[in-house]
Amino acid sequence: MGEMIKMVVVLTVLSIVSGGSLSWLKDFAGPKIENQVMNLVKGPAIRNILNEADNDPVEDRFKIKDGEEEKNVFVGVFGGAADTVVMESAASGYGDKIGMVVAINMADESLRGIAVTTHKETPGLGAMAKDDPSFAAQFVGQSITAPFGVTNDGGSISALSGATITSRAVCTGVNAAIESYNKLKPQLEEQIQAMGK
Amino acid sequence: MAKSIASEFTKGLWNEVPPFRLVLGLCPVLGVTTSMKNGIGMGLATTFVLLCSNVLVSLLRKVIPAKVRIACFIIIIATFVIVVEQMMAAFAYNLFMDLGVFIPLIVVNCIVLGRAEAFASKNGIVKSTADGLGIGLGFTWALGLLGAVRELIGTGSLVGDVFGVIHWDFQNIFGASFEPLGFAVQAPGAFVVLGLLLCAMNLIPSK
Repeated sequence: MGEMIKMVVVLTVLSIVSGGSLSWLKDFAGPKIENQVMNLVKGPAIRNILNEADNDPVEDRFKIKDGEEEKNVFVGVFGGAADTVVMESAASGYGDKIGMVVAINMADESLRGIAVTTHKETPGLGAMAKDDPSFAAQFVGQSITAPFGVTNDGGSISALSGATITSRAVCTGVNAAIESYNKLKPQLEEQIQAMGK
Repeated sequence: MAKSIASEFTKGLWNEVPPFRLVLGLCPVLGVTTSMKNGIGMGLATTFVLLCSNVLVSLLRKVIPAKVRIACFIIIIATFVIVVEQMMAAFAYNLFMDLGVFIPLIVVNCIVLGRAEAFASKNGIVKSTADGLGIGLGFTWALGLLGAVRELIGTGSLVGDVFGVIHWDFQNIFGASFEPLGFAVQAPGAFVVLGLLLCAMNLIPSK
């Protein structure tokens, strides 16, 4: 009986110490990792889809409250008017969450471009959502009034071959970004005004 | 059995260097050694985990009940692996992206658990430290060498850095007319190069 209790106690104490120190580590490393992702993954992706913008969209970003969450919003200036917002979004893919950025043209309510940023999809299949520019190019210029879907589900986006789940997840993510854009539109306009762009 | 601390350290560097002498821990050995910098980065990450888990297991070896020792070791190892993963993501993001899934896979690296079970749980903290450091650095040079050979044959150059501290940049070592053999940096090339290095290691007697 004594041995039994000892086993339980040792395992419990070990788990508590390990869990506690890891949660401290997360607080310490979390913001640094976010910075790295911003500089090395999201930043280049956003600059790439807004490569004709007059400003640096990564510099001109603000945070906005959506319910409990704080979201990053990036602003793009085209022809002197700050008419483009980039929303971040994520949806469950085949591996883990697929993170993406969605650039919405506020003037004519269409997409300026999307890009997949973080993912754990299968290399060569699902990973093509990020690696093959022609997939993301399908979204460019599309109106955001109707939700996106893959052709199998009656939508307009051709799925990547062998990666329907990934393609579907990207559509879901884009739809989620559009939904939160529609919901937050008044605040977004206010914030952009306040930036004086 | 009274081996000196120095010999516990040096055995990992040559006589028991894990991938070459023991042919252990081959998953990262074959997977990440497409370049010298990835090999060294992976090796150093593993060294850190090995060192920390050896120290902690050695300290706790009288407390941990024999029946649940493997579970305890795994908790300790997994904790340090997450530490490495988070720190690498925070400070060396590009290396983190290159190594990908192989960082979390250090948890199941048989060398780490093997040293905890076979050595650290039976020896004092000083010897365990020497053992972990020796085996880890042996693993690092083995991965670095394999990566260097593959990168050399596959691209003709050696370029990279270790955590931004040490840089190296040797372009076209074999001259501009050298045609890179892309096979060496692909997965099958890993087996061939590892086999050739094993052969070379066996030509040099261990004693």
